[in-house]
Amino acid sequence: MAANPLIDKVLEYLSHTETVDTLQLATEWEEDHQRIVGAVKSIQSSGDIIEVEQRSEVRTELTLEGREFVSKGSHEAILFAAVPSGGEGILLPDLMKITGPNGKIGMSKAMQAGWIKSVKEGNSNRVVRLKESIEDKVQETLRNVAAGTTELDKATMAEYKKRKLLVQNTVVFMVLRKARGFTTVIEKPETDLTPEMIASGDWKTKNFKAYNFDALGTPIPAGHLHPLMKVRSEFRSVLFEMGFSEMPTNRFVESSFWNFDALFVPQKHPARDAQDTFFVSQPSTCNSIPEDYMNRVKAAHEGGSYGSSGYGSNWKKEEALKNVMRTHTTAVSARMLYEIGQKKEFVPTKLFSIDRVFRNETLDATHLAEFHQVEGVVADKGINLGHLIGIMKEFFSRLGIKKLRFKPAYNPYTEPSMEVFAYHEGLKKWVEVGNSGMFRPEMLLPMGLPEDVRVIAWGLSLERPTMIRYGYDNIRDLVGPKVDLGMVYKSPICRLDKQ
Amino acid sequence: MPTVSVNRDLLFSKIGKAYSDDEFDKLCFQFGIELDEVAEDDDGVEYKIDIPANRYDLLCVEGIATALAVFTGKIEPPRYTKLTPKVKITTVVSPSTQSIRPYLVTAVLRNVTITPAAYKSLIDLQEKLHHNICRKRTLVAIGVHDLDKLTPPFTYSCEPPEQIKFVPLNLDKEWTNARDLMEFYGSDTHLKPYLHIIKDLPAYPVIRDSSGIVLSLPPIINGDHSKVSTSTRNIFIESTATDLSKAHVVLDTLVAMLSQYCENKGEVEITEVVYENRPVDICPKLFTRNMALDVDTVNETVGISISAGEMVSTLNRMGLSSQVKNSGQISVQIPPTRHDIIHTCDIIEDVAIGFGYENIVPQLPPTSTIAAQNSLNKLSFQLANCVAQAGFTEGLTFSLCSMEDECEKLLQPQATKEPSLVIISNPKSQDFQVARSSLLPGLLKTVQANKGVPLPLKLFEFSDVVHLDSESDTGAKNCRHFCAIYTNKTPGFEVIHGLLDRIMQLLEVKFEDEYSLRAAEDPTYFHGRCAEVIYRNEVIGKMGVLHPKVLSNFGCAMPCSAIEIEIEPFL
Repeated sequence: MAANPLIDKVLEYLSHTETVDTLQLATEWEEDHQRIVGAVKSIQSSGDIIEVEQRSEVRTELTLEGREFVSKGSHEAILFAAVPSGGEGILLPDLMKITGPNGKIGMSKAMQAGWIKSVKEGNSNRVVRLKESIEDKVQETLRNVAAGTTELDKATMAEYKKRKLLVQNTVVFMVLRKARGFTTVIEKPETDLTPEMIASGDWKTKNFKAYNFDALGTPIPAGHLHPLMKVRSEFRSVLFEMGFSEMPTNRFVESSFWNFDALFVPQKHPARDAQDTFFVSQPSTCNSIPEDYMNRVKAAHEGGSYGSSGYGSNWKKEEALKNVMRTHTTAVSARMLYEIGQKKEFVPTKLFSIDRVFRNETLDATHLAEFHQVEGVVADKGINLGHLIGIMKEFFSRLGIKKLRFKPAYNPYTEPSMEVFAYHEGLKKWVEVGNSGMFRPEMLLPMGLPEDVRVIAWGLSLERPTMIRYGYDNIRDLVGPKVDLGMVYKSPICRLDKQ
Repeated sequence: MPTVSVNRDLLFSKIGKAYSDDEFDKLCFQFGIELDEVAEDDDGVEYKIDIPANRYDLLCVEGIATALAVFTGKIEPPRYTKLTPKVKITTVVSPSTQSIRPYLVTAVLRNVTITPAAYKSLIDLQEKLHHNICRKRTLVAIGVHDLDKLTPPFTYSCEPPEQIKFVPLNLDKEWTNARDLMEFYGSDTHLKPYLHIIKDLPAYPVIRDSSGIVLSLPPIINGDHSKVSTSTRNIFIESTATDLSKAHVVLDTLVAMLSQYCENKGEVEITEVVYENRPVDICPKLFTRNMALDVDTVNETVGISISAGEMVSTLNRMGLSSQVKNSGQISVQIPPTRHDIIHTCDIIEDVAIGFGYENIVPQLPPTSTIAAQNSLNKLSFQLANCVAQAGFTEGLTFSLCSMEDECEKLLQPQATKEPSLVIISNPKSQDFQVARSSLLPGLLKTVQANKGVPLPLKLFEFSDVVHLDSESDTGAKNCRHFCAIYTNKTPGFEVIHGLLDRIMQLLEVKFEDEYSLRAAEDPTYFHGRCAEVIYRNEVIGKMGVLHPKVLSNFGCAMPCSAIEIEIEPFL
């Protein structure tokens, strides 16, 4: 190969000697030092051929002017030579004509050295020799410096530097030695291992081009799960680990009966306004509600049953029949609890769901018309508010949320009710993360559940903790058709318990 | 949740103690209200406090201060006294109100001193009540009057608007036709939202005194004549309603608050409302109810163990005067301001709050259960993982979409498509007119929004669509779909086809024996480039190259192939 003949030259040189430095080569071959350095770098990249040790040295070098001194003599010596011997001397203007631009410096240096003198004559000066012969010490010294045979004392060095005859440079150079794989014949380095090399065993003798470990690798083609769905999987796992079974929540259209009335939400509650809830015009009403149960729900609402004074107004079936896009998955929890209530024997149950719910919201950075609700329900005899707090602590700690506090709150279907607040270390404040409570007797007793069964439940959105955990400011960057796939590609695996 | 703005210093003077913002925040949190914001204006520091939606008694500074003063043991719960005068102030309700706004409740307060702060609070409370329990005046509307400027008895009737002549509150001229007033208030941002309640009726509700002076035109505006000011000494309150029980709640709440300003605090004069076809209604009710509480049940429900005596003092701090009865029973007095208490569970919550949620010992429920996955979700998750492993990326799009997305943009004729869709009656945005019946539009929009992302794009989604279904009780049912699309410089039908084969292989479904493709035509797909996917002799979906017009409709420049199939048949 050797597109650069210097490469062969360096190797050839090194084959006959133990060690050499690049400056030495440059001097010897009268070659530019940088070109030699380039050749050495090429050799290095071809494998383990030479050992290279980088060094630096302060070098004293003659300037162009200094080199002229060596070849022609110093300005003062040149001037001296131009002055004729004897008392006659030469007129100054004539002398300057002969010696040119450097005459003035030569003049002053020669006078300082006591070689000549200048005598006033009319309007001019006459220059005459004081000595018949002189020794050009500056030329001699510079010649020795160039040959490297002398060390200058400080004062001389300073003077010559001042006269710009020499400079001191830090020179970086390389000391070369043979390496284990030394050869004078370099092959072009291989970029990578090939099946042929493996088969032939050529890899043993080949040189391989060095890898650049400072750059990133190639992005690999991959499929990706959506970040929110990854969080959903994680929540699901946590709830399974805690012994909760998954509810079938695949019914987006729900009757007002199951969405509101079964949950003891009064028929005049603001949540049942068209402002807040999507009503369905096709199919506008549901076609069946279990008759007995509906009558018990009506009685609970109107008051005088189940130890409740109810809401004191007439409960209307027409309201209950209206279909809505479910506003919470608690509608499904109600169906499940009703089913449990219909069984002959009560079986303690823990249920959860994570699915879409709908609100007739105007979209903004934190609100969508649909979001995922996480809901957990425990139905058993002898459970209490302390159990709800305990299960909240357990659930949220598995999501990496350890500091919780509980605020009394109002919810039409839970009493007591608690809003769950978590301390956000980043924001340095308490943020609401969910709602919880015990379902009211007016909701449970009409379902046929025994009087001593209590049901604790909690709910939160899936999006909110995800936004907080992964730092999304705008919910539309996380959910919906406008998400940036680049974001999806880069989203990490979901490890909620890892801080 | 209503938010009440109160002046901090006024609040603290009423509680009888000053707090730092942090201390007050903690106190609110314990009690179940929330210090939402601290603002400062010319009148000093203002607290914005969030109140639970069922606590109408806390919608004013007087109510919050009283509750917190009782809670912190500064005062005893207030008591209210009903005085029966020799001659009760009477309002006669005309049958003409029956079909429009049939109920009225009234009350009188004597010897009140209305300070400017009390006046402001009264106005704010009315506003909050109107907005919340009154459901923007549809259920109940309140009028408060200077009784000394009026001559009882009063009448409440509905009259043709052109007969109602009066000077409305804060206006300087008499209006001779109430209907004109409706036009006038059409540009009033405060009153405009209420006009619809009566605007188009042939007769408007009106309350007059015995000399014919108009007290109010409910639920819109009072008359200027009887307006309350800081010099008012005797007050007449009327509330017209379509919901009588809510009217009583509103009246009790107002009366309880205002009676603080009576010379004898808590003294209220009863009045009567005379109907033609109903018994005379004596109001305000201001009933104090008694409820019995079983100490063991409370302890078991909350998960604490306190004595009857401790429970009584806890309840007293919650404003519920209680006494220990024999055999572990407590008798609880529910004051007329606590209409939110309708069951013993509401009192149990007050015990828990009084005890302090933070003092309840957390414990895990003893409930032992074996968990199970929902089979449809499990299958969807497993398949989603496999499709992602096959190099596709999961999209997450909305379940609601526009009619245009479902029909026009997919080249499906609306006339045949619309009758099969679940339609929303009241969407705030065109984007949410129908529940989607296909996942395809959502993924196409995802492609459209990601033009800068290097090709090919390979997207998928497992999610529910909604179909009409007469078998279901609601008339609609969800259907789990799988949709995938591939877009590149070539349509890549073979990629989508390969993905189908891969899924079938994972589901152990054999080609030809159990699934096959059959050429089909569908307007969404390019002619001759569409096939039905048949599984065990049933069509479960379609796949093919999308029609160029569909691509243009969704702003996609590159060819695209897609598949959409049902998942439930594989369960």
